[in-house]
Amino acid sequence: MSKEPLLKVNNLKTHFHTERGVVTAVNGVSFSMNSGDIIGIVGESGSGKSVMSQSIMRLLDHTDAVEYEGEVIFEKENLLSLSQSRLRAIRGDQISMIFQDPLTSLSPVYTIGNQIGEAIRLHQKKSKKEAHQQAVEILRLTGIPSPEVRVNEYPHQLSGGMQQRAMIAMALSCEPRLLIADEPTTALDVTIQAQILELIADLNRKMGMGVLFITHDLGVVSEICTGVKVMYLGQIVEEAPTDQLFQTPLHPYTQGLIQSIPKLEGDRNEPLHVIEGTVPSLTDIPQGCGFSTRCPYADELCRTSEPPMRIATTEHRVKCWHYEAINELEGRETTVGTSK
Amino acid sequence: MLAYIIKRILSLIPVLAVVTIAIFLIIHITPGNPAAAILGIEASQEEIEQLNQDLGLDRPLLEQYTSWVAHVFKGDLGDSIFMDQPVSEAIAEHISPTLSLAILAQVIAIILAIPFGMIAAYKRGSVADYSLMGLSLLGMAVPSFLLGLFLMLFVGVKLQWLPVAGYEPLSSGLWEHMKYLILPGISLGTIQAALITRMTRSSMLEVLNLNFIKTARSKGLHEMKVLFKHAFRSAFLPILTVIGQTFGTLVTGAVVVEAIFNIPGLGQLILNSIARRDFAVIQGVVLVVTLMYVTINLVIDLLYGAVDPRVRLERK
Repeated sequence: MSKEPLLKVNNLKTHFHTERGVVTAVNGVSFSMNSGDIIGIVGESGSGKSVMSQSIMRLLDHTDAVEYEGEVIFEKENLLSLSQSRLRAIRGDQISMIFQDPLTSLSPVYTIGNQIGEAIRLHQKKSKKEAHQQAVEILRLTGIPSPEVRVNEYPHQLSGGMQQRAMIAMALSCEPRLLIADEPTTALDVTIQAQILELIADLNRKMGMGVLFITHDLGVVSEICTGVKVMYLGQIVEEAPTDQLFQTPLHPYTQGLIQSIPKLEGDRNEPLHVIEGTVPSLTDIPQGCGFSTRCPYADELCRTSEPPMRIATTEHRVKCWHYEAINELEGRETTVGTSK
Repeated sequence: MLAYIIKRILSLIPVLAVVTIAIFLIIHITPGNPAAAILGIEASQEEIEQLNQDLGLDRPLLEQYTSWVAHVFKGDLGDSIFMDQPVSEAIAEHISPTLSLAILAQVIAIILAIPFGMIAAYKRGSVADYSLMGLSLLGMAVPSFLLGLFLMLFVGVKLQWLPVAGYEPLSSGLWEHMKYLILPGISLGTIQAALITRMTRSSMLEVLNLNFIKTARSKGLHEMKVLFKHAFRSAFLPILTVIGQTFGTLVTGAVVVEAIFNIPGLGQLILNSIARRDFAVIQGVVLVVTLMYVTINLVIDLLYGAVDPRVRLERK
């Protein structure tokens, strides 16, 4: 049980120095995950989930005036304090990433094979020919039909689903220990989405790698994730194994998110549930609990002081002052479950 | 790719048709009778009519046009009225200084502008960026003749590093040839450098924000490789366009610089011919410059295909 976690994030903060002052997009995120886990990071746009995932690999280094705080421990090394050259050796080899929009995430002027082979040649010191051969094999693994033809094509010649498979092939080319998938299925249509999810889950089983799955789609989470972290305004507000989170969501925000999933069996005339208000701007973070401006249960305590991360059960944590009272009050036995 | 090339080449036909008509009409649109201009104010009416007949200017327009085009196709641009030599020969004599100057100016511009633009984009918002952008603004604002005069004064007269003005053909040696062209090349190339710097910067900025740059970094590529292999290659198309377009303006813009530095190029030829109303030469030079312009654009278009597979593989 006491094996080292694959990734351990300690109080990670990401600040951007902008003209309007310092903006803290990730504000003290801590979690750990093991290899083999598929952890879902869920949140609305602006919750800081993408920034968080890119901070892990320090992909924001080249953006204007970014500053990280805290620790990201991967294989006993703190990625945040590594030299650029050591970091490059890890990127693409140990940790790799796939992005939301596959077409814009692939270079338009190089063939798929060239782009996959690039990472292989960089990290495994193989010849051009070997890298090409390996690219074909990985493409085959991701289920692209006739990979030996596709490998020589350019991204714009492939369909969206195939582009994302190529992207996944590129990310997996060096058999990483950790795959960060930032909304990998959002730009795809539903049938392709299901195939890609299945592919990621399958590769996770076969290769035993950890997957950090960033999404705003709770349906997707319920399908493949083993555990879920819900993010709001740059913080994790609730974390639990997937089943627990769907059965007994404790944080009012999580409850709102789950309720706002449209249900097939519901009454069509009933209006869809929405969470009132919008995510506050990062330059205008409310005092106290970040969710207090939108929370129907918020009281004076919530508005003035920030709740700590509280332990509900051994595996279930929630950042809310009143979760016991709220869930008793509602007599909730949430039966939302998985709605596909 | 072949289809793309053929399509590009066929699209030149209407362009060339319009160009030849416009050039042909120069004679007939400009006020004043060419024969009268040639013969001077003292000429009698009969003499003017006689010359008109000799030059074929009394024939119907369409007939004049078709015979002119037919001659042009055979490489015959007519004879200069003043210089006692065929126009094509006069152009051949004057084209190489202009080409040398334009190419040198463009090379200077590209060598300076692309690194400058890339640095400015990569270090956006830094002191380097602001200074480079300030410099390029200055470069665009200072007219080439003024810059030329300054260079003449400081480098030519005060420091005496390079000759003040004049021209030596390539046949007298590469250095002799270059020596005379460096100052005019800088005067002419500065504006281009400023333009290309700005284009490189904005094009690179756009590409650096694209997702595939993030992908390239997430693979663990070295920053230099991200910049050159991934960003620059994709940012290159608009830069290439500007380079192509400015090359055309270089050839025409050389007129002023050639006059200042006393270089016997096309600019001087056309200036003198305009002053003398030597229509055959004017037509010839304008036609040749236009052809160069069109050819460069064609080459640029073909290069697009080579640089960007999305252009090359476009199906239609």
